[in-house]
Formats: sequence, structure tokens, C-alpha cells
Amino acid sequence: MRPHLLALLAKEPAHGYELKQALEQTFGSAYPSPNIGQIYVTLGRLEKDGLVRAVDVEQSNRPNKKVYYLTAKGRESLTTWVEEPTEGPRVRDEFFMKLVLAPLTGIADRMALINRQRRHYLSLMSDLNDLLARTPAADRVALLLIEGAMLHLQADLEWLERCQEDLA
Amino acid sequence: MSVIKAVNLVKIYSGGAVPVPAVRGVDLQVEPGEFVAIMGPSGSGKSTLVHMLGGLDARTSGEIWLDDKRVDTLSESAWALLRRKKIGFVFQFFNLVANMTVADNVELPALLAGASPREARERRQNLLGALNLSERADAAPGQLSGGEQQRVALARALANQPSVLLADEPTGNLDSRNTRDVLRLLTEVHKDGQTIIMVTHDARVAALADRLVSLFDGAIVDDGRIARRRTGTAGEVIDLR
Ligand SMILES: Nc1ncnc2c1ncn2[C@@H]1O[C@H](COP(=O)(O)OP(=O)(O)OP(=O)(O)O)[C@@H](O)[C@H]1O
Ligand SMILES: [Mg+2]
Repeated sequence: MRPHLLALLAKEPAHGYELKQALEQTFGSAYPSPNIGQIYVTLGRLEKDGLVRAVDVEQSNRPNKKVYYLTAKGRESLTTWVEEPTEGPRVRDEFFMKLVLAPLTGIADRMALINRQRRHYLSLMSDLNDLLARTPAADRVALLLIEGAMLHLQADLEWLERCQEDLA
Repeated sequence: MSVIKAVNLVKIYSGGAVPVPAVRGVDLQVEPGEFVAIMGPSGSGKSTLVHMLGGLDARTSGEIWLDDKRVDTLSESAWALLRRKKIGFVFQFFNLVANMTVADNVELPALLAGASPREARERRQNLLGALNLSERADAAPGQLSGGEQQRVALARALANQPSVLLADEPTGNLDSRNTRDVLRLLTEVHKDGQTIIMVTHDARVAALADRLVSLFDGAIVDDGRIARRRTGTAGEVIDLR
């Protein structure tokens, strides 16, 4: 959850509960409702690592609340997260998170993210093309694995196109 | 020197009730031997763009250059002449000559471009062989499946060894085995220096390209290289993902 909170804080400083609400609002049912304790634990770790800092804000007839904001180091870490190509499983994957959160960060717009990811997928596909050409016909299990990976990639690319039509 | 160059190319279809801007100011330059894939959602202007590049559809404004000669100002007959020599075109909805055999469909463009009958025949035999169509050489296009017709259209477009191959969804009707034949042929001609501009939704085909151009709403929104990355065994390459 670390980069997700960083992205929300790139938009504006917030306290823990506001971050919980922002996650829920931004993702709707696409994100399991985050537990407030978990958010505070994560914020504590981010603070310890120097990625966010907190200021105490006084409130009339209530205990002070801690408002968190992004440090330069936090922004740098967020930039790295947004810009590196995304590996890993699909569905609500890292790329999906970047795509939803990108407009808040001001680092990259969705069109740029989608375009970069599309070329990344095609370069993976190009590896698979090479692999397919080099794999002997007798190695049938490997061929199936490669074709499976290709079909997944093709589906990912089609989904990117849907995202582009819908979000851009 | 580029093989093909478009400068601020615009196409507005104005036949209907409201004008449709299909291509809005495209700049594109393709170097000799480059393989460019064009992708984009349905209606984003991909067919319109390649039709204009091949002189099959008149531009509304902008310039087209082929082998460093300005061609958008040519008459229709001058275009037709140029196309014979320099351009191979595969249509999204393949149009083969219905009353000619497959073999003649493929030989004709080579002959029109000035090849001798013997050269044209050899080239036809090679191309049909590569696409696993030798046995269908004497059939009429109407007797072929969609996928077979599509492969004949590709063979025909390559028959005159064009400066540039323009292809619009050349694998749209192919099953995976036929796609593999097409992939192999494209890889081969590309290795031999064939310049290719290809519209495709098929990621396997697009991944053969050196460069990807993404169209959206008639404009280029991305234009960059497709990185060649690592090699290894299936387990390694796929596990790393
Ligand atoms: N002859 C025509 N008259 C009017 N509008 C047209 C004509 N041909 C295409 N268009 C319109 O121009 C736009 C671009 O069409 P084009 O065929 O170039 O899209 P495409 O990217 O090739 O789509 P697809 O992936 O479905 O083949 C579309 O909005 C289409 O409706
Ligand atoms: Mg089209």
C-alpha cells in the first residue's frame, strides 16, 4: 500500500482517515476497503524511511491530528514506482494502480502511461516470438506455456485499448 | 533519406451530413528497411492513413513523399503507375481479382512492375510456398477460405518487391498456424530489407516491428521503438514476468 498512499499524498497533505476515504472514493469496489490501523502502520513506516513527514494540527476540543505530507525523497520514490515498467500478475495489478492514481500524482498522464505500457508488452511479446521460433516442436509443454503467455499479453493489450478509450 | 514521409496529413470525409475528420495532422517518417506497426482503436483512422500513404484515398491537406519525391500532388494515373513499381498493398478486406487464378493474382503485379515472366513465376512460387498455398495456385479466389485469400493478398503485395509494403490487418482472418506462416514470411522479408508499414490488432505481428505508432482519434499519440530484450528458455523468459 506504500506507493498508493504516496500517490494520494502527492495530491494534497492528509491525515490517516482522509487517506482511507480517498482510497475508497478513488477505487470504489476495486480496492478492498483498507483498514485504518494498516494505514497508520504504513504511514509510520513511510515516515521512518523519510518518504513522508507529519505535522501536528491542533483541533478545538479534540486531540491533535497528524497531517502527513510528501517529502522530496517520497516524491522521488513515487516517480520511480510510476515510471518503471510493470511486471507481475494481472487484473488489479501494479499497472492498474498506476493508471488509476496517475492523474493525482502529476507525474505522468494516463495516455503516456498506457502508451509506455503498450510498448513494454510488445517488447515482451517480441521475446516470446523469438522464444517460440527457437523452441523445438517436440518441446510441446514449453510451446503451450509460450502460447499461453502470448494470449495473456494479447488480452492485456486489448484491455489497454479499452482503458484508453474509456479514460483518456 | 526516408522511404515514405507524411507531413501534417489530414483527411476529412465530407460526403455525409457532417464532415468526419478521420486523420488530423499526422507527421510520419519511415526509414529504409524499417518495420512500423500501427495500432489504435477501431475508427482511429488507421485504414484511412495507410490508404492515403498508398495513394488509394485522396488527402484533404498535407504532404506525402515517397522515395524523396512529393506524390500527394500526382494525378490518379501517375499514382497508379507509381504504385505498380513502388508499393505493395494488402487491404483490410482483401480484394483479389475474382476471375483470375491465385497464381495469376500473385504474378500480375510483378509483371506490371516490369519483371520477366520467368522472374514473376519464380517469385510467385516462392511466396505461395512460404505461405503454404502452393496447392491452391490454380484455384479461383472465390474457392478459398478467408484466411487463404488473405495470405494470397500478402503474396500479391510482395510480388513486385515494393519500396514499401503497406498492409491493413493482414492477419485478421488467420488461425494461429497460418499466422505463424505469415509471421515467418514477414520476418524473412524484413530481414532482407523490406520496408513495412502495417496496421494490426495482433500483438504477435506488431511485436515483429521495430517501431510502434499508436493512433487515437486520428492523431499519433505515441511513436517509439519496441525494445528487443533478453533471450532464454521458456521457463526463464516467462518466469521473469
Ligand atoms: N468513406 C468514408 N466516409 C465517411 N467516413 C468514413 C469513411 N471511411 C472511414 N470513415 C470514418 O473515418 C474514421 C476512421 O476510419 P478508419 O476506417 O480509418 O478507422 P480504422 O482505424 O481503420 O478502424 P478499424 O480498426 O475498425 O478498421 C471513422 O470514424 C470512420 O467512420
Ligand atoms: Mg481499418
